[in-house]
Amino acid sequence: MEYFLILSAIMMFAGIFGFLTRRSTLAILLSIELMLNATDINFAVFNRFMWNASGAHEGYFFSLFSIAISAAESAIAIAIMINIYRHLKDISIDKLQKMKW
Amino acid sequence: MQSNFITMDFQYTLLILLLPFLSFLVLGICGKWLSHKVAGLIGTFTLGAVAVMSYYTAFVYFTADRLADGTFATFVPYNFEWLPFYIGNLHFDMGIMLDPITVMMLIVISTVSLMVHIYSFGYMHGERGFQRYYAFLSLFTMSMLGLVVATNIFQMYMFWELVGVCSYLLIGFYYTTAPAVSASKKAFIVTRFADLGFLVGILVFGYYTGSFSFDFTESATYAVGALHGVAPDCAKAVAAGGFILPTALFLMFLGGAGKSAMFPLHIWLPDAMEGPTPVSALIHAATMVVAGVFQVARMFPLWIQYAPETLHYVAWIGAFTAFYAAAVACAQSDIKRVLAFSTISQIAFMMVALGVCIPGHEATIDNHGSLGYMASMYHLFTHAMFKATLFLCAGCIIHAVHSNEMSAMGGMRKYMPVTNWTFLIATLAISGIPPFSGFFSKDEILAASFNYSPIMGWIMTGIAAMTAFYMFRVYFGIFWGTENKEYHEELRHHGHFGEAPLVMTAPLVFLTLFTVFMGWTLPGGFGAYVSATGTEYTIHLDPQIAITSVVIALVSIGLATYIYKGSSQPVAERMKATFPNLHQWAYHRFYIDEVYQFVTHRIIFAYISRPIAWFDRHIVDGTLNGLADGAHYIGEKIRPLQSGRVQQYAYVFFLGIVILFFILLI
Amino acid sequence: MDSFNIMFIVLAVIIASCSVLTVVSRSIMRSATYLFFTLLGTAGLYFLMGYTFLGAVQVMVYAGGIIVLYVFAILLTRGTQDKLSENTKNKIVMSALLSLVGLGIFVYIILKQNFMELLSQPGNLALTAPDESVMTMSQIGQNMLSSAEGGYILPFEAVSVLLLACIVGSLLIARKR
Repeated sequence: MEYFLILSAIMMFAGIFGFLTRRSTLAILLSIELMLNATDINFAVFNRFMWNASGAHEGYFFSLFSIAISAAESAIAIAIMINIYRHLKDISIDKLQKMKW
Repeated sequence: MQSNFITMDFQYTLLILLLPFLSFLVLGICGKWLSHKVAGLIGTFTLGAVAVMSYYTAFVYFTADRLADGTFATFVPYNFEWLPFYIGNLHFDMGIMLDPITVMMLIVISTVSLMVHIYSFGYMHGERGFQRYYAFLSLFTMSMLGLVVATNIFQMYMFWELVGVCSYLLIGFYYTTAPAVSASKKAFIVTRFADLGFLVGILVFGYYTGSFSFDFTESATYAVGALHGVAPDCAKAVAAGGFILPTALFLMFLGGAGKSAMFPLHIWLPDAMEGPTPVSALIHAATMVVAGVFQVARMFPLWIQYAPETLHYVAWIGAFTAFYAAAVACAQSDIKRVLAFSTISQIAFMMVALGVCIPGHEATIDNHGSLGYMASMYHLFTHAMFKATLFLCAGCIIHAVHSNEMSAMGGMRKYMPVTNWTFLIATLAISGIPPFSGFFSKDEILAASFNYSPIMGWIMTGIAAMTAFYMFRVYFGIFWGTENKEYHEELRHHGHFGEAPLVMTAPLVFLTLFTVFMGWTLPGGFGAYVSATGTEYTIHLDPQIAITSVVIALVSIGLATYIYKGSSQPVAERMKATFPNLHQWAYHRFYIDEVYQFVTHRIIFAYISRPIAWFDRHIVDGTLNGLADGAHYIGEKIRPLQSGRVQQYAYVFFLGIVILFFILLI
Repeated sequence: MDSFNIMFIVLAVIIASCSVLTVVSRSIMRSATYLFFTLLGTAGLYFLMGYTFLGAVQVMVYAGGIIVLYVFAILLTRGTQDKLSENTKNKIVMSALLSLVGLGIFVYIILKQNFMELLSQPGNLALTAPDESVMTMSQIGQNMLSSAEGGYILPFEAVSVLLLACIVGSLLIARKR
């Protein structure tokens, strides 16, 4: 089980690294997907190894809903990106300062 | 039984508070749909009713029988518990309390306010926000009346703040102009700052004495149904520590110093002149600024009994302020500013008068030692009347010439005879020339000062002389002096030049009547009504002091006449010389001006006024500016943190998580 | 070394390498592709654990839906040439440092917890072949739509409303004006 968790931790920190360094907002969204996925794995793993015997399935359903919500989130985010791209012709994060002040 | 009957009689005093408030609501809410005239009439008639009731109250109150010990009874027609405090027996009450100084303040406020309401018809004619203006005036009147009838310190504090808000709103009435906005903010912030002291003082006082009530001796007559106030248990506070009561009272005085523009906290008042002139007359000359004096007078029995040493600080702060403001007033060219500094100086006079009171035998009040109390209240009364007159006159002139600068005036006596005469009488009154009211009240203050110490007496006499000097400088600058012919011609061309309409001059005349007659026609003299113990006190004019002060005042008036009237005495010659020797005469006038400028600017201003002004600008303002700059600097330093760069935020966020885990790990 | 461990090692290698590659590859298109493999590997993990339905959802929604969406978005915005930020070596080094340190701490914490003891308790099944015994489809369906204890009707409905709102919202945001 530790190895599952270590794997998800690797995924999580790869996502964090990407989030911090990428310039394209789409790449940042990809990194966010990585992080979300890592948490999904953790939910499933904890449920599978620690609570399966007692018949609880919260982690399982959490994973399911989390997948659904991340789908919704990325759909909205991509819609925003496309809209921004249409206006500014650039989606680099350090260029997106128009809305700031 | 008798007094109870009268208490019942005073039930209508609630209306004195309610009417202006209703007027405020009506004008504030429906003002948009009312025409200017209707709005003004609503405000004015309400005030008229209030004034009538105030006069009736005063009449009934002062003609009623005195109590056995010779004082007027204190009536509390209303008092109810508003908010319990749940600490000891403390609660915030709301009520109405009538005693001699309250009744006197009722007359002052309602008279000046009514006059200002009438006057504003002419002055604010056609202004945008006319209804708003009257709404604020009503609200102000209500709060000020609420302040003076308060039964306890907390009620006073509430109305105190309301008054401050009204002042803020009215200074910033022309909110589209930058100076008005900054002046209103300055006034609000400075007084707020001082009010902090007041609040802390109230809380300290309330905590140690267990009561906020003004009924210090529990001798007031309460109406049926009114909650009885509990006298502050001062003995308990003294037992808890001798410094507590003086500290609390001094903190309260700080609040009063802010409102009454005492020295370090005076900086807002000259700027407050950005508001409409009638507002300056009402709030910044006659009523609100004396709230500080009123507050000290209200707490006076405690001051004199428990903190006579602290009272000396009040006296010296007042004396310094009076001197400082008088010196600055000599250097100003904006007439409203001269009047503002003169107001500061005169209020400081009242503070001095309160401060120089010394306790009688065994730390109790006696009328002789506390002559200053009576003098202060007397001066408050007369000053309100003549200073309001001065400000309203200034309003008339500004209305005519559309400028505050004396350079735009000069020779106005020909065009505005009524204004000229009323201004002259008020100026004589403020200079302390008999038989005008200012003479009597100022003389009492001087007598009280001499009673305290000869040094203080001579200082105050000197300041009184300065007062006479700068007031006559203004007077001659406006009504005599060099006439700004071209400008006046141009104004005449546009019409509107000349004497103000009747609606503006009538209040002047009315207030001037007070000034002329108040000094010597009041039956029994002012001391019969208001005095430190409440018993009748006959004013003795000390001939030595009176003559000295009058002579000195006359000398300084003469000096002012010599300088400021003389400089443009050759008006006739100038007319003659207009054609042949215009340049030469212009040069010559310039030369005379130079001489006077040397005398006044180089000597008086350069060595006295300018250092003081410098001190004001750099040290006093500088300290406050330094605070502001510091805040700005820190803000600039913090700003880069809010970069708006998501990745930077995220970095810090994750860094925080990692650190948190690290800590948990250990 | 049974077949599950071998399978896990294979998946782990795929996931770990692909997720790192996702964030360091220069082309955003490649990033998306590596992410696709990462997600597939995750689905594999679910299958390994016996959560077949979850694995299927993962493949359908993530791999099939979201990644396709991303690829479309990438193509639409022409952002194929995304480079790691220039002139911010400092930023990259700091981020890498933060990530590695964080990872180290997490791994240390995980290893310290001694989960093996939990696993040895009866009832907590070891990995089994992908079958329905761990979580049957009918059980999922009943749980999903029941309002009794262990039922998820409320979040289920909430998510459906959320998805609807999201459809409307994304249409609204991205529509041509």
